[in-house]
Amino acid sequence: MKPVQKIHGLAVGLEIGNVDTDQIVPARYLYRNRSDGFADTLFRDMRFDPEGREHESFPLNGPEAERAAILVTLDNFGCGSSREHAVWALIDAGYQAVIAVSFGDIFRNNAHENGLLPVVLEEHEVMHLLQHVKGGPATLAVDLETQQVTLPDGICFSFDIDSAAHENLLLGRSKIDATHSLRSTIDEFEEAYLGRHPWSE
Amino acid sequence: MTGGKTLFEKIWDTHEIKVSENGESLLYVDRHFIHDGTSQAFEKLELEGHRVKSPHKTFGTADHYVPTRDGLDGLTDPERRAMVLRLDEDAKRHNIRSFGFGHQHQGIVHVIGPELGLTLPGFLLVCGDSHTSTHGALGAFAFGVGASEVAHVLATQTIWQARPKTMRITLDGRADVGVTAKDMILHIIGTIGAGGATGHVIEYAGSGIEALSMEGRLTLCNMSIEAGARAGLIAPDDKTVAYLKGRPFAPSGADWGRAVAHWQTLTSDSDAAFDREVRIETGNVSPTVTWGTSPEDAVPVTAAVPDPQGEPDAERRARMIRALDYMNLKPGTPMESIAVDRVFIGSCTNSRIEDLRAAAEILKGRKTKIPAMVVPGSMSVKAAAEAEGLDRVFVEAGVEWRDPGCSMCVAMNGVDVVGPGERCASTSNRNFAGRQGRGARTHLMSPAMAAAAAVAGRIVDPRKSIAGGEA
Repeated sequence: MKPVQKIHGLAVGLEIGNVDTDQIVPARYLYRNRSDGFADTLFRDMRFDPEGREHESFPLNGPEAERAAILVTLDNFGCGSSREHAVWALIDAGYQAVIAVSFGDIFRNNAHENGLLPVVLEEHEVMHLLQHVKGGPATLAVDLETQQVTLPDGICFSFDIDSAAHENLLLGRSKIDATHSLRSTIDEFEEAYLGRHPWSE
Repeated sequence: MTGGKTLFEKIWDTHEIKVSENGESLLYVDRHFIHDGTSQAFEKLELEGHRVKSPHKTFGTADHYVPTRDGLDGLTDPERRAMVLRLDEDAKRHNIRSFGFGHQHQGIVHVIGPELGLTLPGFLLVCGDSHTSTHGALGAFAFGVGASEVAHVLATQTIWQARPKTMRITLDGRADVGVTAKDMILHIIGTIGAGGATGHVIEYAGSGIEALSMEGRLTLCNMSIEAGARAGLIAPDDKTVAYLKGRPFAPSGADWGRAVAHWQTLTSDSDAAFDREVRIETGNVSPTVTWGTSPEDAVPVTAAVPDPQGEPDAERRARMIRALDYMNLKPGTPMESIAVDRVFIGSCTNSRIEDLRAAAEILKGRKTKIPAMVVPGSMSVKAAAEAEGLDRVFVEAGVEWRDPGCSMCVAMNGVDVVGPGERCASTSNRNFAGRQGRGARTHLMSPAMAAAAAVAGRIVDPRKSIAGGEA
């Protein structure tokens, strides 16, 4: 996965709460291989009518929104199913960060695994950003190192992110390799654990 | 002296291999389940050149894409069919035991785990499916993960996690007649909200929980994720031990005694502190149904569709208006007057034998007015139901009796789909827009209420049917 540091790009707003992963990628597309790509499935049933025509009013549609790198939305974004496709679809469509009031836990973990930065801000801060993008895609900067979201007028909001995710995103490193470096610690633990809990074997 | 430990903290501490400098814990995984939607995790594993560390700790079954009639011929779409077969190929290539399509143990992963004794109290258990919270009913810390984490578990038999917060939901007192675990969990989500438990592990406690059967507990824990919880947990008790004894993969011989002795320690200490406590009077829970597009949109079946104009929060009001528009419902409409087009009884929430018995009790000697199907949770639930003659009750009532799978809950096999604009009374767990098919309108409810809806052709309070009232 690519390291995340500074994101400077167009942001679009999706002023809807509880956006579940079935909305982000409908289940009928999940069988694809990762390498097939999921950009065209992103918010499929919200962006297009059943005949495949774009809904003009949907904020992610239009030539400018095509270039967006940041999505601003409300609370509990990515709730529901554990499908990592929701994160893949956002990444494949060019998104590098999602700013929300809160996230579904599994979605947030999946985002960390793929170099998509989930940013949690206070509700009034998110509302300010949504106001900023109300007229259409508008510029925002997100800096993971300084943990700040900055508007073109200089107003900026700080965000927290747990330090493990922070480090992994900055380095863009594979967790499996990092865990393998702890192999002897894991093997020692396993032997002792299975000694005490033999029915787990 | 510090306070005691919660059940969750005991399981967490037992599985903690290491805490990293940045505060994340590396946890040991006792049990891992895979299904026919796991191919992308194997793709990642192989692309990065890793092998499966402990193949015997992972078990597979086909559920998401399987057809529920006509065998594999029922799966006409080649890409979906390939997903069912890829599970067998991936499992075989990595020496993983899998109960694929046609196997006597095949079924919905969250039904077969407990049923086979693969899910045990005190285990740390993961699966690439959000409803893994189900297994917490046996006192396991069980949670859903994405494909990358599945690949990590396959490669290392461990998982990195930030420690969640704890929340206890206590249900005190007895449930009214006709009130099921499904009604309780819909009531809970309606109370705390779809994001009400985000970042938390819920422990369910109290006399209302103790009184539930194991199957009821599985239904309750199953929908913990619909409140945003990382997991749901219930402390193992005598019912848990009795449920597990003699199951095919449960410990036996000397291990059984050691295991039971360990399980008896798995309770929250009386002085343990939770980050959050919620108390609910079980007696206040009515048969409950959803009206909107989030599981939190839950009301008693005797109530009416709520009016957004009475909602003070603007964002919540907008959400309600959007949900009512999608559901094609008007505020103030009595829930019991809403006509439905079809009924689905099944899913990892409500497809176990007790669920089927509850539906059969309503359907016995009655006829359905609308298309309805019952999809058992596993091959063994199917066999048990047929041994009891439940299949004949369903068929005589005009209900289709299918083969096990996720089916119309997630509409992934391409044929068990609710049509655009159709209204479905469903025992599943998600009423999200498009979940059961593009444009499908879902009302979540218990098996008894769904069966009663099949007979009435509309949403109806199942207590009337149980009491032998309205036919």
